[in-house]
Formats: sequence, structure tokens, C-alpha cells
Amino acid sequence: MAELDTGGGGGHGKHQKKRAKKSSTRVDMTPMVDLACLLLTFFMLTTQFSKPKTMEMSVPKDVKDTAKQTKIDDDLAITILLDKNDKNKVYYYTGKFVLESTQLIETDLSDKGLRKFLATRNKAVIEKLNELRKKVARKEMTPEQYDDAQVKVQIAQKDAPFVILKTTGESTYNMVVDAIDELRIADIGKYALVDVSNAEKIVLFRKMGKPIPPEVLNDGVAPAPPAN
Amino acid sequence: MPKIKAPRSTPSIDMTIDMTPMVDLFFLLVTFFMLTATFRNEEPVTVDTPKSTSDKILPDNTMLITIDTAGRVFYSIDGYEVRIKTLKDVGEHYGVSFSDKQIANFGKMKSVGLPIGQLGGYLDLMPAARKPLDAVSKGIPIDTGLTEKNELAYWINFGQREAAVFQENKVAEDPNFMRQPLRYAIKADGETAYKKVKDVIAIFKKQNIYHFNLVTSQEAR
Repeated sequence: MAELDTGGGGGHGKHQKKRAKKSSTRVDMTPMVDLACLLLTFFMLTTQFSKPKTMEMSVPKDVKDTAKQTKIDDDLAITILLDKNDKNKVYYYTGKFVLESTQLIETDLSDKGLRKFLATRNKAVIEKLNELRKKVARKEMTPEQYDDAQVKVQIAQKDAPFVILKTTGESTYNMVVDAIDELRIADIGKYALVDVSNAEKIVLFRKMGKPIPPEVLNDGVAPAPPAN
Repeated sequence: MPKIKAPRSTPSIDMTIDMTPMVDLFFLLVTFFMLTATFRNEEPVTVDTPKSTSDKILPDNTMLITIDTAGRVFYSIDGYEVRIKTLKDVGEHYGVSFSDKQIANFGKMKSVGLPIGQLGGYLDLMPAARKPLDAVSKGIPIDTGLTEKNELAYWINFGQREAAVFQENKVAEDPNFMRQPLRYAIKADGETAYKKVKDVIAIFKKQNIYHFNLVTSQEAR
């Protein structure tokens, strides 16, 4: 065990001179320990952070035939529109898009914004999943079983919302990932990532107070916006 | 505080602590970490990934497409053998041949972000000398169609094939080998315009890749 000793420098030991030879058999291990410590820290840090975290994503196949496209119940559809802006603002509407009447609702990617709205719409699923999470916490269920059960709950819930995340090319990747993350937090199982149509762009840009590019306006999809 | 008094009878002159058990432990840990460490190769670009609450770890055997803020695309695939074979395949397709040394250098590299024509010269350089080239490189050329200009599509395609061949060979050698399907991941900088990411996703879709991972860094809810 730890052997303590008054230092030779102090010269306290009475028998110092007599037994000095015995001490020479010891090897000073300090540099070795230093090195081992350094290596240990190095390897610990490099291994810990070398595996990045990821988010799983699925994208729908491009289906040209409109009859084969997935039909979404209008009552369950929530469309979130993303465009580049500094304040993490996002816009959404529910149901079917009608150029003349659809009103975009402004919110943001904070926990009080979009997350709150999605949580109220997806209440049934969240409650069921919370029960399951409690089971995991009580060790009655393994995390793997939970993953399977989560998907089942999300599919089985017939009135769970279907979120369509529409992004303009200008939105930053940060915003898109944040938005997908909000969907995950709100336990939304059904979502798709698609482009914003020109008609939606008109409404979105008007709401944001951004100039509408002429190629969007002249697309033919939509009549010119009313002057106001 | 009681003072530690050295017993008078102790004969040695130094004040030493017996560090042997500590050193034993340290070396044990060092050995453990050395053996388990998988080194992070130096990447040509630093990418600041967006944060998410997801805690899934990037799976092994992954094909990773990195996109930086300027929209430059970099390609990498796990596995030394798969990587060098992919290079040979892509080179062959574009009529570019590489020397053994260049191929060996490529095997050591993490990701590639150059048009195939410029890759040979790049691989001849010492790793340190590649840095300035990384800064000005244009990334792997991409295109919306499946044309010759779309080099990324060929990298993906050949990478897929070589990864599959590698797995088959492993299974042939050892029937108990667990097949690991190739996974796909996109690692983009948070400030990248989404359209750049979308272009890569579109190429993925053309290659029938519909499931992939987005690399993020973890944050609390």
C-alpha cells in the first residue's frame, strides 16, 4: 500500500545515511504514469466521440400515376411549410390547400410553438406511447420491443395526423432537421418530406411578406394575387 | 487534520507512494481503449451537423455522403477492401487508372471530394499537402440525370455492388458470418441550403435508396 516517507531533502530520517542504498531499487514511475494517463485520456476521448448520432429517414417513391399515390384524409393532414428565415418561423395549415381560402398559421420551431400544436393533434398516440415508455422505465419492456410497439401504435391509430413537411430549396438543412425532430418528439409516425408547390409558395411568401418571384407567379397554377 | 507522520523506522529516503496498482489499472484501460478504438479518419471538410434528439448511433457498414455549406459533395464508404475496389470500378468506368500506391493511399483516406479525373494527382500528394486542395475542390460532380456527369451516382452504384460482393465473399468463407446490409447516411452542415441535400436525396432515390440516416449531433429535448 501507500508508503509514506519523509523526503530525503528534509533530512529528517535518523538512519538516512545508513540505509540510503535500499531506496535505489525503486524505479520512479511518474513519467510512465504520466504517459499512461495521457494515452488513456486520448483513447477515451477518441472512442467516445467517434460514433455520431443519426436520425432515420425514409422518403417516398416518386409515383407518377396520381391514382397510385397515397391518399390522405383531408381532416388528418397537417402541412408544414418551411422557408429560409432568421427566426425559425414555420407556417402550417390543416386540411386541403385552396389558394383563395387557405390561411397559414405562423408558429416557430420552439417547444411552445409547433411542438405544442402537434402534441394536441397527436394526443392519442402520445398517451399510448407514454404508457409504453413507463413500461420501459419499469424494465417490463426492452427498448427493442418498444421500437416495434411504437411503430404499431402509430400505424394503428386511425385518427393520427399525417404531416406533410414541405420545404423550399432555400430553407437551411438545420431547419429541416429541426422540423423532423419536432415530429419525432410529437411521436408523429406518418410524415413525408416534399416540395412546396408554386401555389403554396404564393400564399407562403405573401404571409411572410417576401416578394414573389415572377416564375412562381407565372406558373399558371394560380391566378395573380389580389391587390390589397 | 491529523498529520501523516512517517514511521521513524522506515528506511528509504524518498517520499514515494506505491503506484504499481494505479499503473496496472491505467495500462489495462489503455490497452482496452487501444483495442476497441476505431479511429476517426481526418475528413477533408469540417461539417457542423444539426442537432436532434435522436439517440440512434450511426450503423457500421455505411456509405456516407457529406455535404458542406457550399454544397460540395464528398463520398465515403466503410471497409478498406470495398473502398479500393469501388475506386477501381469508378476509375475503370471513366477510363482513369490508378497506380498501386495511389490505390493504397485511397484506402487510407476517409472521404473523397474530387472529380475522378483529378483524383490521381491528389492521391500522389502527402496527406498534409492535400489540405489546400481540399479548400478549393469542387466536390464530386453531381447531376440530376443518370448521366456521365453524375459521378456521385456511379460512386454510389459501384460502392453498393462492391459492398454486396464483399459480404458474399465473407459468407462463402464462413457460413456463420452475419450479413450486414449496407446503410446509407447523409451528413450535411446545418447551414447548407436544403436544395443541395435534396439533390443528393434525389440521386439516392434514382438508385432505389429510400431509407437512409441523417447524421446529427445529440441534444436534449
